[in-house]
Amino acid sequence: MPLGLLRFALNKKHPEPRMFREPDALKSSYDVVIIGAGGHGLACAYYLARDHGITNVAVLEQGYIGGGNTGRNTTIIRSNYLTPEGVRFYDESVRLFKDLSEDFDLNLFYSERGHFTFAHTDSALNTMRWRAEVNKHMGVDSEVVDRETIHEACPELDLDCGGHLPIMGALYHAPGAVARHDAVAWGYGRGADKRGVEIHQKTRVNDIRVEGGKVVGVETDKGFIHTGKVVSAVAGFTPRITEMVGLRTPITIQPLQACVTEPLKPWLDTILVSATLHVYVSQSSRGELVMGSALDPYELHSTRSTLDFTESLSGHLLDMFPFLSEIKVNRQWAGMADMTPDFAPVMGLTPIDGLYLDAGWGTWGFKATPVCGKTMSYTVANDRPHELIEPFSLSRFENYQLVGEKGAASVGH
Amino acid sequence: MKIIHCPVNGPRPMQEFAYGGAFREMPDPATASDTEWGDYVFNRDGAPGVKREWWYHLASGVWFVAERDTLRDRFLRTYLYNEGEQPHD
Repeated sequence: MPLGLLRFALNKKHPEPRMFREPDALKSSYDVVIIGAGGHGLACAYYLARDHGITNVAVLEQGYIGGGNTGRNTTIIRSNYLTPEGVRFYDESVRLFKDLSEDFDLNLFYSERGHFTFAHTDSALNTMRWRAEVNKHMGVDSEVVDRETIHEACPELDLDCGGHLPIMGALYHAPGAVARHDAVAWGYGRGADKRGVEIHQKTRVNDIRVEGGKVVGVETDKGFIHTGKVVSAVAGFTPRITEMVGLRTPITIQPLQACVTEPLKPWLDTILVSATLHVYVSQSSRGELVMGSALDPYELHSTRSTLDFTESLSGHLLDMFPFLSEIKVNRQWAGMADMTPDFAPVMGLTPIDGLYLDAGWGTWGFKATPVCGKTMSYTVANDRPHELIEPFSLSRFENYQLVGEKGAASVGH
Repeated sequence: MKIIHCPVNGPRPMQEFAYGGAFREMPDPATASDTEWGDYVFNRDGAPGVKREWWYHLASGVWFVAERDTLRDRFLRTYLYNEGEQPHD
């Protein structure tokens, strides 16, 4: 293709079609406005256009496509949750993920690795058994395994973790996978764009106008847009959106950091999680170890990185893999996690007519991208929550009907 | 490393402290409706800004109040509950 490339160099206009159009200006009105062009917002737009025939849709993004938490997670996909509501929901997401590369005609590098969650204590092992039973009951491939099985899957691992926190067993989830997170956003974006949805990057929403308890439009830095339906899919910016309309929620923001090492030859096939040691690690297709740890210990609206994080994560990683002591950390970053008290999302209708929330995605949002798009588009098109997200409504806090998922979190809290 | 000014022990490293959540007024449990109580228990003022918070110095067991900017990650002042406020930062 060198001649083809030369043609690009000589031509001022890019002659090849890009992944997305860049619409010149906002229209004065849309049927639906989605705030946030991350995986969730774009998936919602994609399914609105594909499954519900609603294409007069604008996706507004203050930064660039997939530049928020979609591009900041550790790309793990699994459905071995603790509550039946959660398992049902995330399992549908795993099913959707499996067909997504074909759907998009774009390789997501979806790679099933198997997912081990270690138990270092009796009580953790009890929670693993509980999760395994709930999972099996819901038809999800999940079981408690012993040390031998872990050793066979990952002989490099020090099962005694340096002697101070020996691994007693693990919850094993064979369908646990990783995928290229940027491509998920691009695939949904391209699919939505092809069907007529407009994606406006570098377009910030400053206010949501509500009249008589009903959404009438959004105020952006490029002018006012009339719309009766607004979907907020902004993860760590959710409280700023809900504040615009005076909506009270339990969502608070805490940074979640992650990092990658320099690339290594492939040696780690599986995804390993230790909530006790605050480590989750997998090896990317580029050979980097992708790692995360616990949430930062206090509320903060920032994506700064800290040395405290790298020090503590490295220390714990060396408990598991002492031979990594010479390996360097290449990059570290943070995302703003929108945490809820029960570690389940907040989705669906709100007391404001025409305002839909896809929020409370804390540290568990990437794996839910496809199912969120599916269920939110249904909810918006029918103005009625999809049955899979009914348990996650904002009103559950008023009604004291929480969905306790803390026991299924990989991230330490 | 982040340094926090403990009203009793002076400037100490972040690792010696625990975050105790937002400083909130509890409604009277005897008279609050279920909705008011649910709002108190679960809902938070999650938008960024200067917040009043509870912080705890683990080493000496001191609970105190901090005013902190949750956007800039700055402690503006720290003081003991019901005691004279001390300027800081």
